[in-house]
Amino acid sequence: MTNDRKTIMPFGPQHPVLPEPLQLKLVLEDERVVEAVPGIGYVHRGLERLGENRDYMQTVYVVERVCGICSIMHAQAYCQGIEELMGVELPERAKYLRVIWAELHRMHSHFLYLGLMADSFGFEAMFMQTWRIRERILDLLEETTGHRIMVSVNTVGGTRRDLTDEGLRHILAGLDDITADFAEIVKTFENNITIARRLHGVGVLDKDKAYRLGCIGPVARASGLPQDMRKLGYAAYKDLDFEPVVMTDGDCYARTMVRIKEIYQSMDLIRQAAAKLPEGEHLVKVTGNPDGDVISRVEQPRGEVYYFMRGDGGKNLKRLRLRTPTFAHLASLVEMLPGSNLADVPVIIVSIDPCISCTER
Amino acid sequence: MFDFFSVIMKNAFHSPATREYPKVKREPYPGQKGHIAIRIEDCIFCGMCMRKCPTKAIVVKRPDKTWTINRFKCITCAACTDTCPKKCLSMEAQYTAPAHGKFIDSFTKPDAPAAAAKPVIPAAQAAAAARSEVTAAQENKGA
Repeated sequence: MTNDRKTIMPFGPQHPVLPEPLQLKLVLEDERVVEAVPGIGYVHRGLERLGENRDYMQTVYVVERVCGICSIMHAQAYCQGIEELMGVELPERAKYLRVIWAELHRMHSHFLYLGLMADSFGFEAMFMQTWRIRERILDLLEETTGHRIMVSVNTVGGTRRDLTDEGLRHILAGLDDITADFAEIVKTFENNITIARRLHGVGVLDKDKAYRLGCIGPVARASGLPQDMRKLGYAAYKDLDFEPVVMTDGDCYARTMVRIKEIYQSMDLIRQAAAKLPEGEHLVKVTGNPDGDVISRVEQPRGEVYYFMRGDGGKNLKRLRLRTPTFAHLASLVEMLPGSNLADVPVIIVSIDPCISCTER
Repeated sequence: MFDFFSVIMKNAFHSPATREYPKVKREPYPGQKGHIAIRIEDCIFCGMCMRKCPTKAIVVKRPDKTWTINRFKCITCAACTDTCPKKCLSMEAQYTAPAHGKFIDSFTKPDAPAAAAKPVIPAAQAAAAARSEVTAAQENKGA
């Protein structure tokens, strides 16, 4: 028996703070984490293989169900890839509609993050308040698309539903209500001393480390890397005016503030897109089968999602491979944890916004 | 120092933030996705809905003139509704309620021409459908 003072504590797979099962074996010396060994595989459903057993139009529904939070952007990445492969030219209205629904999803995902973050340091009242605002967004999605999260509105060739003028008016009115309700929550996140003590200086990732570990999305932007896939200009983003939200501290507080500012940025993008929404068709008919390789990248709320699709001329795809942002962040999580207190471990894990069902598809 | 006083007053006299379900139920939005309904008299049993269904929830048997749907496999994506050539499928707003066992709803086309019959409203179809339990063998068949 060694006089080592090290304990190995299993964190997860079931833990109240985790939205999905993730195991981390924490090697602790008294209260400090020395090493973290991740274990994944608890929600693996074999969706990439299922995508090969369904034809390329049905695979949109499979791919949408990879994640229960950023679902529409999976469908968008897939549809954009197949459209590029088959040379389909989207109508302008479809591009703008995709932007509006995608930004609404980004907002609901960031509100979910704020709620989980508040829950991770015990502030349950804030958790409930942020999710109450999120319900308003889900209500808007249900009114305009029929479902709350798995909206099934993207398809190869455009969008399956059109947005009526009334729906658009309700969305814009909803955004005004949300801005009013959200202002108080932002004030609390910025000024409350308990939150500041729990978030400042916790889980620091500097810019160089973030780049070498391959961080993407809000985690990279909070460490000073101005990387945003929406600047690639897919869908209607090339016509909209925005800049990536960047902070330099690299701690949990910076990651939270980046997401709060992105909520405001999304509202601004929706208002811009609504002002420029063109008339016209929302769907074009697609004939033929996909043949060839294509890579498609889209900015999800958690970062860049990378889709690779290979078609061989048949109705089913030969290979569908996706790399989701949380998969890229597991390496940075393992780097961030050593040196922190055991009580800060849930805060750090939630600050990368883990979506394990995305990671393991 | 006493800013919480206004919060206490607001919380003491404000109405509840949530709706008093089940006394007050929320009306579904038009176009909300709940379950699939069929006007069986118009169905021609072409099987397009069966081919388009991503979860293989619909089974169409042309010789028997039956159209069945496994309510618990259905993901209410409306692919069948979009593809039906006779437009006899529709998406209704009422969701499939949780149940103690999974079931399959089957609809059979009546032989006599439905000239005098009034169109069956979808809400009544659940009562009109033949409901059968899903066996373990059926559950495991097909991926």
